[in-house]
Amino acid sequence: MTRPAYRILPEVTADSAAFWAGGADGELRIYRCRSCSRYFHPPVGVCFRCRSREVGPEAVSGRATVAAYTVNHHPWFGEAFPPPYVVAIVELDEDPDTRLTTQIVDCAVEDVRIGMEVEVDFEHHDDVWVPVFRPAEGSSAS
Amino acid sequence: MTFVDDKVVITGIGQSAVGRKLGRGGVDLAIDAALEAIAHAGLDPADIDGVASYPGPVPAEGGFVGATTHDVRDALGLRTTWAISGVETPGQAGTLMDAAAAIATGRATHVLCFRSVFESTAQAAGRAKALTQVASRAAGHTEFRMPFGAASPANWIAMYAQRYMHEFGLTREQLGQIPINGRRNAALNPKAIYRDPMSLDDYLSARLISYPFGLYDCDVPCDGATAVILSSRAAWGGSDHAPIAIEAAGSGLYERHTWDQRSDLTTMAAHDAAHHMWQQTSLTPADVDFAELYDGFSYLCAQWIEALGFCKHGEVGPFLEDTEHYAIGGELPINTHGGQLSAGRLHGYGFLHEACLQLWGEAGERQIRKDVEVAAVGIGGGPEAGCLLLRRDG
Repeated sequence: MTRPAYRILPEVTADSAAFWAGGADGELRIYRCRSCSRYFHPPVGVCFRCRSREVGPEAVSGRATVAAYTVNHHPWFGEAFPPPYVVAIVELDEDPDTRLTTQIVDCAVEDVRIGMEVEVDFEHHDDVWVPVFRPAEGSSAS
Repeated sequence: MTFVDDKVVITGIGQSAVGRKLGRGGVDLAIDAALEAIAHAGLDPADIDGVASYPGPVPAEGGFVGATTHDVRDALGLRTTWAISGVETPGQAGTLMDAAAAIATGRATHVLCFRSVFESTAQAAGRAKALTQVASRAAGHTEFRMPFGAASPANWIAMYAQRYMHEFGLTREQLGQIPINGRRNAALNPKAIYRDPMSLDDYLSARLISYPFGLYDCDVPCDGATAVILSSRAAWGGSDHAPIAIEAAGSGLYERHTWDQRSDLTTMAAHDAAHHMWQQTSLTPADVDFAELYDGFSYLCAQWIEALGFCKHGEVGPFLEDTEHYAIGGELPINTHGGQLSAGRLHGYGFLHEACLQLWGEAGERQIRKDVEVAAVGIGGGPEAGCLLLRRDG
């Protein structure tokens, strides 16, 4: 699928700065708890599981699995972000309970499947690097 | 144990005209609903000493906030001892549950609870800006979805639906029975927006919005307001109808407020709210005579069906195939007014209004034929949900 000419960009916060800027260094940065070692998302200054404040962003592999998806057909953004495109929830390889809502790119919309292995790719817009996912190298859909 | 020790009952309901592009404002509609509900309860506006609403004065485009509690207090000159509105609530009826607690603890005696929208008129007037004309960035709960084109609850909920289909084999043909059932019932509801029959072919051939959702899986914006009066059982002087007791109220939210991190993607907050509700009562799902279940998207109604225990987890597909079971003449009629899919997005309160109408035998042509005493009402979707078990006294 083609990349859109336009995306509504996020309002980057102190908590989310590492997530949105990690792509500048080619890194997907996800908050991790240093007490219980689990990841979580979205980023915030406490672990919701063990309530430790010893949390912060860490680079992960960028590999993930599609847990859920939808083929969007409605032109919410007009011609600037034309349908159809795939919005998905992906589970990180490092911690499948930690998921990202993202867009699946570089893949025909009809080829996306639950269970598909994907890898991160970054789109640079202004001060943010939007982490989208494409079929993982070596996966059946790539 | 009964919710708020059975000290609080529903004593009246009211609803404005409901339609597309009525050309009226949300306060005007709310006043119509409020005055009708107050009179229906056998009360005078001077008796109302509490007001509750959803969502309150939140920033929103396009007629989402029809009227605030201040608007209605001011317009009707109400002298109140308690008022509340809120959007961070367990579903759109969350502040109604708070109103019951306020009455039970003596903060108020008769509370006007309402929800007003004028989305159809507002959107026709061009107030719903194209997303691309919005200059600001995605903040708050949209920060991690909007940049990826996940612009609408249609997208967020479609992903849950797809996962459930993947896990349990639910089909579009089965899911489509929810809007088809609603449309069949809406034919008997003079206030419904869409009343023409809908076939499975009509459903399947409608344009896709966000797969597996097509046009008829998504509810219809409308103009309209609904009001419900809660009263202290001890203080209510009676009317020509018996009061409706609130047997149990489910406000449980057990997980993070999230559209993508819930531990099980095949359940929603509806499951938490229903679990919380059933803990409060000796009644069981088998005691429920009919159900009015939020269908802002068809799949949300499917979630309520299993969350409330009308079928086992994962088995809503086969449940939906037995269409007679939940038709008006069936064992467990569902969405007897047409739901939001056909009767308009009154945003939760429409289900509560319909449940009361049916319990009071005031539903006209669509009145359930058997005697009905217990209703389940599920309101909300995704991470926001609340439910009520209503029981007619006498």
